[in-house]
Amino acid sequence: MIIHLGLAQIEPALGLPARNLELHLETIAAARARGLDLLLFPELSLTGYLLKDLVPELARPWPDPFFTPLLEASRHLDLAFGFVERGEDLLNYNTQAYLAGGRLVHKHRKAYLPTYGMFDEQRFFAAGEVLQSFPTRFGRLALLICEDLWHPSLPYLAFLDGALGLLVASASPLRGLEGSEGGGLPANAAFWDRLLSHHAQQYAGFVAFCNRCGVEDGSSYWGGSRLLGPDGQALAAGPLHEPALVIGEVDLSELARRRRGFSLLRDERPELVFRALERILRRRAGDDGAAGEVDAP
Amino acid sequence: MGTPPPALAALDYALLRKILVQFIRSEVRRTGLSRGVLGLSGGLDSSLVAALAAEALGPEQVLGIAMPYRTSSPESLAHARLMVEHTGVRFAVVEITPMVDAYFAAEPEASSLRRGNKMARERMSILYDRSAAEGALVLGTSNKSEIFLGYGTAYGDLASAVNPIGDLFKTQVRGLSRFLGLPAAIVDKPPSADLWAGQSDEAELGFSYEAVDPLLYLMLDDRLEREALLARGWEPAFVDRITEMIRRSQFKRRLPVIAKISRRTADRDFLYPRDWGSG
Repeated sequence: MIIHLGLAQIEPALGLPARNLELHLETIAAARARGLDLLLFPELSLTGYLLKDLVPELARPWPDPFFTPLLEASRHLDLAFGFVERGEDLLNYNTQAYLAGGRLVHKHRKAYLPTYGMFDEQRFFAAGEVLQSFPTRFGRLALLICEDLWHPSLPYLAFLDGALGLLVASASPLRGLEGSEGGGLPANAAFWDRLLSHHAQQYAGFVAFCNRCGVEDGSSYWGGSRLLGPDGQALAAGPLHEPALVIGEVDLSELARRRRGFSLLRDERPELVFRALERILRRRAGDDGAAGEVDAP
Repeated sequence: MGTPPPALAALDYALLRKILVQFIRSEVRRTGLSRGVLGLSGGLDSSLVAALAAEALGPEQVLGIAMPYRTSSPESLAHARLMVEHTGVRFAVVEITPMVDAYFAAEPEASSLRRGNKMARERMSILYDRSAAEGALVLGTSNKSEIFLGYGTAYGDLASAVNPIGDLFKTQVRGLSRFLGLPAAIVDKPPSADLWAGQSDEAELGFSYEAVDPLLYLMLDDRLEREALLARGWEPAFVDRITEMIRRSQFKRRLPVIAKISRRTADRDFLYPRDWGSG
């Protein structure tokens, strides 16, 4: 099976969901005209990223009539978009929703909220507590949001949970332009490039990365959305710092072929990891004795 | 001087240009305006901003204003005109001598520092007035080196609505200007605030931007602490002096400190984005 996949490298308007909904519907129309099966939007694509105190004002529960046009559109192609979710616990989450066939298939709440350097997400959002792959008409997939991919745990769990590929929605601002002479990527974009390629190759899965573009409060989002095949090579790559509908094809038979001779995922030993994590958690809780172990000096 | 970071000026200038042009366009137009005004001094910083703004907004949407005082160098005005020819921006000359001299007639003992600050604020006041007349935003021309050394006048040249070059060290400003093909006479001349005849940034500061930028980069961007800088061969006295300049000028990089009384205070826990509601 081949997935005709689109990455909607858009420039969401900050704090204007109605305008962004229009932009989504326009982009979906363009994706339909190109015969795409699945369209991935960036992180917080319906609201913009640098929301701060706008977070509680823009939060919406699921379901909400606001999403009806997107549910309707998902009858024609699968969609994944970002919004501020008001949880049933009344906390606000940075959420990416996956719609297909006119209904919600899955919601992922961002689990790792960067709160360092220029980022302040934990001040405004609650962290998601769950990572789960979910079934689609293409097979199981997993959603990650930006920083989620920077922690080794979530890609690992997603592939272990049967995901054939990762859909990574991002709002990554450019920083660290020094050293980029001669066409090298800026520092954080280069890190992304390595991470995305690494995870695709490591797990012999595909990785779709949709990063936004545009400017908010002086921060420039670098775009550069890309689709990586199971050998870690780019199947499609978008431009830097400008809007684009980036299109690529994932051949799922290629994944199967690759995994035939490359069985790292099959040989993965989650029981070992589980036991080690139990021991490490006990030690971190100051409960060394219970584990009956003494660390080497 | 210690070991300079090799990456400091090794930027992808084509990408930098694209980002800054997009920044100016986005931050100006989202306010509903389409024009910019800036003080065009004939120096490198404002020349670069004029070139970027002309590309972002169209040269006819940009007004450069030269605001010489009677002691300003005639060469500065000539360089401002050179940039007008180079970029096609609109141009005006507003002499500030009458206003500044009228004020200091009653303050004859005022130091050159006070006079220089007054000139900088006179220019700011003219730029903001013209921005209202034009329906434009004031474009800032302070670079990162000046901003962190505190080498600028609060509510004078440091004041603006949108600053495209405030995160570029002076050496990077020069690199981008060279990349954009700005006239060599402007790119290569020694920096000067031109507040009085013969003034030079480097004579006044006691060091060159080439000497201080690598240190600022290591301190600010790489977060190296004193011991690590000394281990890399930086002079302790120089490191301490720059550290103190950064610390003492922190107030210039912040809004005025407000006494916290209520539950929600401007600039403290009223945390809306600046671009709030403008898309």
